[in-house]
Parts: sequence; C-alpha cells; structure tokens
Amino acid sequence: MSKPMVTVRELSMGYGKTTLLRDASFEIERGDIFIILGGSGCGKSTLLRHLIGLETPISGEINIAGIGTPRLEGAAPRFGVMFQSGALFSSMTVGENVAFALQEWTHLPVEAVSAIVRAKLALVGLEGSEGKLPSELSGGMRKRAAIARAMAFEPNLIFLDEPSAGLDPVSAVELDELILALNRNLGLTVVMVTHELESIFKVGKHCIMLDRETRSIIARGDPQRLRSESEDPRVRRFFNRETSVPQWQ
Amino acid sequence: MVFDERLSLVAGMLQRFTWERTETSPTSLRVELGGRITIDDAAALWKRISETLAHVEGLQQVEVELSQIQLIDGACMALLVQFRTDLRGRKVLCEFAGGSQEVRRIVDLYGGRRKTGHARAKRRPVSAIAQVGAATLNVLGETKQMLDFLGRLIASTLHVLRHPKSLNLRDVGLTIERAGADAAPIVLLINFLMGFVMAYQSAAQLKQFGASIYVADLVGVSMTRELGPLMMAIIICGRSGAAFAAELGTMKVSEEVDALRTLGFQPLPFLVIPRMVGLVLLAPILVLMADAIGILGGALVASLTLDITPASFLIQLQSAVKATDIVSGIIKGTVFCAAIALISCQQGLATTGGAEGVGRRTTSAVVGILFTLILLDALFTVLLGVFGL
Repeated sequence: MSKPMVTVRELSMGYGKTTLLRDASFEIERGDIFIILGGSGCGKSTLLRHLIGLETPISGEINIAGIGTPRLEGAAPRFGVMFQSGALFSSMTVGENVAFALQEWTHLPVEAVSAIVRAKLALVGLEGSEGKLPSELSGGMRKRAAIARAMAFEPNLIFLDEPSAGLDPVSAVELDELILALNRNLGLTVVMVTHELESIFKVGKHCIMLDRETRSIIARGDPQRLRSESEDPRVRRFFNRETSVPQWQ
Repeated sequence: MVFDERLSLVAGMLQRFTWERTETSPTSLRVELGGRITIDDAAALWKRISETLAHVEGLQQVEVELSQIQLIDGACMALLVQFRTDLRGRKVLCEFAGGSQEVRRIVDLYGGRRKTGHARAKRRPVSAIAQVGAATLNVLGETKQMLDFLGRLIASTLHVLRHPKSLNLRDVGLTIERAGADAAPIVLLINFLMGFVMAYQSAAQLKQFGASIYVADLVGVSMTRELGPLMMAIIICGRSGAAFAAELGTMKVSEEVDALRTLGFQPLPFLVIPRMVGLVLLAPILVLMADAIGILGGALVASLTLDITPASFLIQLQSAVKATDIVSGIIKGTVFCAAIALISCQQGLATTGGAEGVGRRTTSAVVGILFTLILLDALFTVLLGVFGL
C-alpha cells in the first residue's frame, strides 16, 4: 500500500489566543478527493492554510508527500493551490499568470512556455484567453484560470479553497466536472474546502467535518455514508440543512 | 407630509399612535399600543419606551397589548423587542399580548415570541490611562513589526546581492518609470516654485542691507542641503509611498501575496527590494533636478527684482555652494527614498481586513513616512553639524 499523500498528526492550530482545532489527526490517500467541511468560522480555510504551509501550527506535524512540513519559498511549487478568490495577479494577463512560475523555475524557451500555457488553459476550458486580464473574466473563469495556474507545474496534489463559492449553479457544476476530470484522468489528489452540499456529494470521496464548539474533527469518512448513517446530530444537521434560527412563517 | 410635521416626528414630539399606560396593580403595568406605528413614529415610540424604562422601580410585570395596532413595521417592532429585553434585564417580566395576524407575523419575525432575550452587553467606558496604555502597546507592536520587517529585508537583500539574478528587474524598471520619470514634472514645478518664493521673500530683506547678491547663497545652500531633497521626498511619499502601500495592501487582502508564496516566490525579494532599488537609484537624479530647478527659480527672481544678472548669480553661487552641500543633499535624498520604500512596503504587507484595511494602512504609511522624513532630516542636520560639513 502506497504512503498517504498528506499525513496530519496531532495538529493544533489557531490565531492569536484563539485555538480553532486541537490534536487533529488524519490522512489523505493518493488519488483521493478529500473534503474539509464544516460550518462558517470552524477553521476550514485556516486548516488549508496550515496544510499548504502559509501558517505555522501551534503544535503537531504535517507531512506532504513524504517531504515533511511544506516549505514554500525559494523552490519550485510541489503542489498547486487555488485560493477562494482565485488570487490571479491583477497586473498580469491570464497567460502571464499561468506562465509565471514556469518562467522562474524552469529554463524553458518562451515558445515552450507558451505551448504549456495554451495547453493548461485548454485543459480548464479557457482556450484563447491568454491575453485577457483577470478583470475581464467572470468569477467562474477566474477560478478556472487559477486552477490552470495551479496545474502549471504538473503537481500530483492540488488544494482548492471553496472553489464553487460565489458561482452561479452552472459554473459551479462545470467546476465540479473539471475537478472530477482532473482526478480521474490525471490521478490528481484533490484537497478541497467547501460547504456546498452539491459539490460535496458530487466530487467528495472522503471528508472530515470540523466543529467550532469542540474544536475537533467530529466526523470522517465517505460523505454519502455520513449523511445516511451518522448518529451525530451536528453532522445530521449539516447534511440535512437544519437551522437553529427561528422558523419564520 | 409638511416639513414642520416631519421635524416634530423626528424629534419625537408628535405622536400619531396611542400608548396608554394602566397600572393594574402596584407591581404590574399594562401598556396598550394602538394605531399605525411606522419608522416615522420610531422617535416618539423610543421616547415612550425610555420614559417607561426610567420608572420601573417596584414593577414586576409589564404587559404590552398589541390588539389595537393597525400596522407596525420592523423598525418599531425591533424597538418593542428591545424594550422587553431591557425590562427582562432588570428582572421585570414582560410579554406581548394580542395583535392581528399581520402584527403577530412581525412579532415572530423579530423574535418577539422568544422566551429569552439577549440583554445588551453594557459597554464599559475605557479610562484615559487604559487608552494611553493601549496606544503605547500599539506603538511598541508597530515598532517591533517594523524592526522584524527590517531584519528580514536585510537578510533578503544579502541573498539578492549573492544571487543578483534573483532580483525582479521588471519591477525595478517599472518603479523607476512610475516613481521617477512620471514624477519628474511635479518635482520640477514644486522645486522651481520653492526657489522662486524663497528668493522673492528674502529679496526685500537683503535689499535693505545692500546684500542683494547673497540671495544666491541663500537659495543655493537651502536648495542643495535642505529643500531639494526634502521636497523631492515629500512628493515621492505622496505619489509612490501611498501607491506602494495601497498596491501591496490590495495584493495582500486579495491573497495575491499568498499565491506568490505558493508559487515559490518570497514577497520581500520579489515585491519590496525592486521597489526599494528603483527608488534608491532614481533619488540622486531627482535631487539634482530639484536643486537645479530651485536655483533657476531663485536666479529668475534675482534677475527680475534685484537686477542681478544670471552671470553674477552664478559666480556668487559657485563661491557659496560647496561640493559637500550637493553630495550631502544627494545622500539625504537617497536615505529618504529608502525610508519611503521601507515604510510603505511594510505597511502594505501588514494589511488585513479588506478595503478598509488598505485605506488605513495607506494613511499610516503616508503619516509614518512624513514623520520619519522630518526625523531623519533633523538627524542629518545634527550629524553634518557635528562633522563640520
């Protein structure tokens, strides 16, 4: 059996004096689509930032692809990241965004970089958008361009922060299809933060659910099975969209 | 609605609804509301509520009867719910009673049927000592952040010096173009006017003593040692310092800086050092331009009002202005530009909290730079005086 792509051991994290998660441990297998879910403010995106090495945990260990805690700067990217807003560099064209890391970390000629950029943009359905500025793209297109940038270095692991947030239903479904296609055809391991139930059930193979009150992982496993079999009222409430606010008439 | 009526409504003096108080027992009060109660009546309603809350001693129960209300909107319902919450906070039982179906819907929507209300947390006033303490801690925190940033910047600069190819030359060129070439016209105009005004103001005084020729000394030394570099730095602060802070701040809040890191780039060598190198490279050129145009302004005034020919002005200038004056001005200007880049980039990269944070950090950057420029200027004056330069 191959080693897990991501191993997290007894991770405690937070910011300032606030602890968001205590002693959390989990593993993400190669080729998985792993979803981090939970209600607003439970620390999903913060956990993702810890996994990709943007934040330092209070304690615990994160091991990515057997190389230990990710060290981001000063080396070619080992995994791809798509941020919630896309985070494309606004002063560069879409093509320059995708080519950015390739130009820095490879010694490929300009023509070769251009060919890779065109192929990556075609992969996400953005053929011919190389010359456009991010401000000229719709929200869904910006997110797909961000995935193309994250895929530029042929990673076998990609992190996505709320990919379908703020998208219309059609764009959200298209993005889910793209994630499934990348996972199925390239064997890409996907770690995704979301609370969109449609996305969770459509693409998720495994998930963990974070809880704000107990600052812990309260459920883990196949999202479909969790929905039907979990006895935990917090899990059932999440999957069945039960609210705690008064029911208005 | 006529103006007078609206003014009375806003002031809470005109009441168009009914508010009838009945003391059903020494410890019970019944308030019966009636009529149409909308946002225009909120001031009068709040006045009634405040009057009632001011006299609740001895009360144990208040019943708010809503049956006679024809219409109530959300804002006024919110005030009634707050009235009930405040009463409960004072251990007085309060319930809403009656009301048409429409009124009950509004009651439900605003949580009027909930048995428990959240009393407003009383905001404790912060004492002057606590405010001074908090402000001091804030200044200390900012200083610590700045020193931390400076340390990391020095380490990054050493790395770039060892690996010159890692310097982001594209941004160096852009900085020189935007902060230098684009700023040249305004630097020239402001410094020309500075020299012009200084010569004009001093001309009348010098003329009284027959010392008109010394206007060349005054303008020459002031421009090269002091005003040339300082005015140039103030313009660069307003144009480029604010732009750097806003640009990097926006990149930070839109996660572009994080994206940069995930692609293997370090923000300091990639974003900060090019801006600093660009400003430091263009500073001597801008200072020399500022000096020259300021002196030209002075020469023009001398020629027009003091009958000093340009040749006489130039000869006097040569005897007054030494090479050390010009060099010290260039060094000053270069240090000023490095400080502008340092503070504006540090403030930009420390931005949190969206658009409001960008605005706050941009303001902090400009204020911090101006303060630092004056401080550095004073420091230079003392140091140059000590060394007799």
